[in-house]
Amino acid sequence: MRLGLIAVPVAFFAVFFAYPVAAIVGRGLNVEGAWRFGRIGEVLAQSDVRHVLWFTTWQAVVSTALTLLVALPGAYVFARLRFPGKQLLRAVVTVPFVLPTVVVGTAFLALLGRGGLLDEVWGVRLDTTVWAILLAHVFFNYAVVVRTVGGLWAQLDPRQEEAARMLGASPLKAWRQVTLPALAPAVAAAALMVFLFTFTSFGVVQILGGPTFSTLEVEIYRQTSEIFDLSTAAVLTLIQFVAVGAILALHAWTVRRRESALRLVDASVTARRPRGAGQWMLLGGVLVTVAVLLVMPLAVLVQRSLDAPGFGYYRALTSDDGGVFLVPPIEAIGNSLSYAVAATVIAVVIGALAAVALTRRDAGRFVRGFDALLMLPLGVSAVTVGFGFLIALDEPPLDLRSSWILVPLAQALVGVPFVVRTMLPVLRAVDVRLREAAAVLGASPWRVWREVDLPMVRRALLIAAGFAFAVSLGEFGATVFIARPDQPTLPVAVARLLGRPGELNYGQAMALSTILMVVCAVALLVLERLRTDRSGEF
Amino acid sequence: MLLSLQGATVRFGGRAVLDAVDLEVAEHEIVCVLGPSGSGKSTLLRAVAGLQPLDSGRVSLDGRDQAGVPAHRRGVGLMFQDHQLFPQRDVGGNVAFGLRMRGTSKARRADRVQELLALVGLPGAGPRAVAALSGGEQQRVALARALAPSPRLLMLDEPLGQLDRSLRERLVVELKELFGRLGTTVLAVTHDQSEAFALADRVVVMRDGRIAQSGTPLAVWQRPADAFVARFLGFENVAEAMVGAEAADTPWGKVPVPEGAPQGSRTVLVRPAGVRLVPVGEGLACTVTARTFKGTHVLVHLQPDDAPRLEAACALRAAPEVGDEVGVEFDAAEIAVLG
Repeated sequence: MRLGLIAVPVAFFAVFFAYPVAAIVGRGLNVEGAWRFGRIGEVLAQSDVRHVLWFTTWQAVVSTALTLLVALPGAYVFARLRFPGKQLLRAVVTVPFVLPTVVVGTAFLALLGRGGLLDEVWGVRLDTTVWAILLAHVFFNYAVVVRTVGGLWAQLDPRQEEAARMLGASPLKAWRQVTLPALAPAVAAAALMVFLFTFTSFGVVQILGGPTFSTLEVEIYRQTSEIFDLSTAAVLTLIQFVAVGAILALHAWTVRRRESALRLVDASVTARRPRGAGQWMLLGGVLVTVAVLLVMPLAVLVQRSLDAPGFGYYRALTSDDGGVFLVPPIEAIGNSLSYAVAATVIAVVIGALAAVALTRRDAGRFVRGFDALLMLPLGVSAVTVGFGFLIALDEPPLDLRSSWILVPLAQALVGVPFVVRTMLPVLRAVDVRLREAAAVLGASPWRVWREVDLPMVRRALLIAAGFAFAVSLGEFGATVFIARPDQPTLPVAVARLLGRPGELNYGQAMALSTILMVVCAVALLVLERLRTDRSGEF
Repeated sequence: MLLSLQGATVRFGGRAVLDAVDLEVAEHEIVCVLGPSGSGKSTLLRAVAGLQPLDSGRVSLDGRDQAGVPAHRRGVGLMFQDHQLFPQRDVGGNVAFGLRMRGTSKARRADRVQELLALVGLPGAGPRAVAALSGGEQQRVALARALAPSPRLLMLDEPLGQLDRSLRERLVVELKELFGRLGTTVLAVTHDQSEAFALADRVVVMRDGRIAQSGTPLAVWQRPADAFVARFLGFENVAEAMVGAEAADTPWGKVPVPEGAPQGSRTVLVRPAGVRLVPVGEGLACTVTARTFKGTHVLVHLQPDDAPRLEAACALRAAPEVGDEVGVEFDAAEIAVLG
């Protein structure tokens, strides 16, 4: 039974993840049947590779630190203060996280780049500096910290601090001795997640990094698609694989520590109206931060897309200019939506099966180890996966090169971890004895799942589907390789438009990004209405 | 026998939580398993329900071995300690659950739900939300849910554990009456002796996964099997003694024993009512260290010069003050020689 449940996700990951990645690594390191592991040393010895490695790590560390610095006050405000419009603000803060990296890159280009808002007002351009990348990373990951840390913070029992106060601790001391230790694992987990996302950053760096700044992921893309140096790309993929594995192992460890017994209470009872100048200033500061850092880039993006008279850029999307695309760019919307729907279905089925298998009480060590493996697609180079699809799935019985399903399959890979992460906490929170109560009343195991588990996870399942949808919609690294030229997705179309010179292409990129942003934001707002406090980390 | 356990053993890690337990429950009998927490009583119920596989031994229902029969096919009912009502269903939905699993028709289900809710004293509560129920009401709904499919054996895990005292005392009488009327066979576990004594036809005391004693409430109360059972029942005046024909040598001196008591090296129990206070100078000299008001009497804690403490039940008016010096004599009728 439990092997039956786990078999489908295992097979899926073996065929559509492990096999393509292994194939491309093999292609790079195996020449005429002989393994050339010496290449690893050679590649690592190159100074430009070492520079990429250094920059990747450095920018990830700085991005993570900056994100924590900016977002932790936000986590407090969302957890402990009550103010009008909080629900809406929470949704606004989360929008960037589900935005495609390409849109984020484009938005910051519109804000900080040539002819951008800062350029017009003060003549300042940041798109050639590392600041553009760092700010975009903070923008992107603000919600990760607010949600992970703030979510736990809101549920910490304030009476714990009160107990410390009654034992003679000052407010600050009570916070340091009681609240901070309880929060620390959540802060660590959030920091590691941000580090992971920024370490493997592709779309943002691709657009804002210019020729100067390149992360591992961007370098892998350059080596595969521009220089055609597969062996260097293979080595870089392996390096990234090892690094991501280490980060995920550390993350799993901190999350397990977080599960240690904390007194949690209903989040709705811990928030209070701000009191005193300090709290009002904190609230004000967070609101200004959100406005400047999160809302302004998107506002500028929308404004730029409307720059041409009479929705000129939007209308241009419907015409076939014959240059950049074989089809009018507007068709990318339909492509993206249908791909994303297919990818969502795949991700939900695979992810739900995996989550159910992982929650079974008799799950063995093998199954629990699978938990961590499921996260790998979040960090393994999407570029490698995309390219791996092309070279691995091109012969019978798995000749999918010309099949439309190739794109949804790649996108589903990234969606599955979100589905699993969203559903696992909810499934684990279902009291085992509730299932036993149903069994004793005569329900078969399948009936128990349908009668007890399903009603409780239905919302989580919808939320998971929404995330999978948003992630699939924005997937760029793998899709850019495997989307057919006449069937581009929205992010691919945006990137192609940005790669071309001229006002019209730039404007169309802004317009397409705006459309993509609106679709993602709508999906998210629907999710916000469904969200429960238990539904996962994202 | 409706239920019979033979050598039922469950191990968690290396520890036997259920250690070769033999137990039989006859039809229409109400058996209460009594024991401190960790004595294996809940595991016993889970093993009978099929929620906990046995490491060895067997569980039979109506003479049929239940090995390999999954929980949902055993046809027994279990009321969980904290009720475990399904939060997403209303009261009626909870009560009807077991019937639905058996494919009972809708009309029949509605009748039965109504009948049971009336039976447990919640007529018309069907459409109410489970979350809106008080503790006592939840307990009644849980009972109705367990009874609805007419299980051949109803098991109750700490049925009244979370309720306040007055409610508990009222419900235990109601339950006993209800089970008698319906002829339900019941296996209940509890750590509360008054609950067990009030409910059960037969009490089974468990200790460390084994059965320490089994008998009618009266028999167990009058003659606990050993010092553990006696102390668990709340008796403090328990000591090792050398028992002779008429008296026993105890740390408190010579204590008379009832006629026909077993002789030799034994455990002796002196009930508080058997400790009579006499003026200083007579009997065993003691100091009063504490008094506990028990409503109908006062429990006086006594410290003899060099013997274990004693508890004495005293009439309200005659009770000495803390610090008083008193003498103590013993009453053979309230003394039991155990084992």
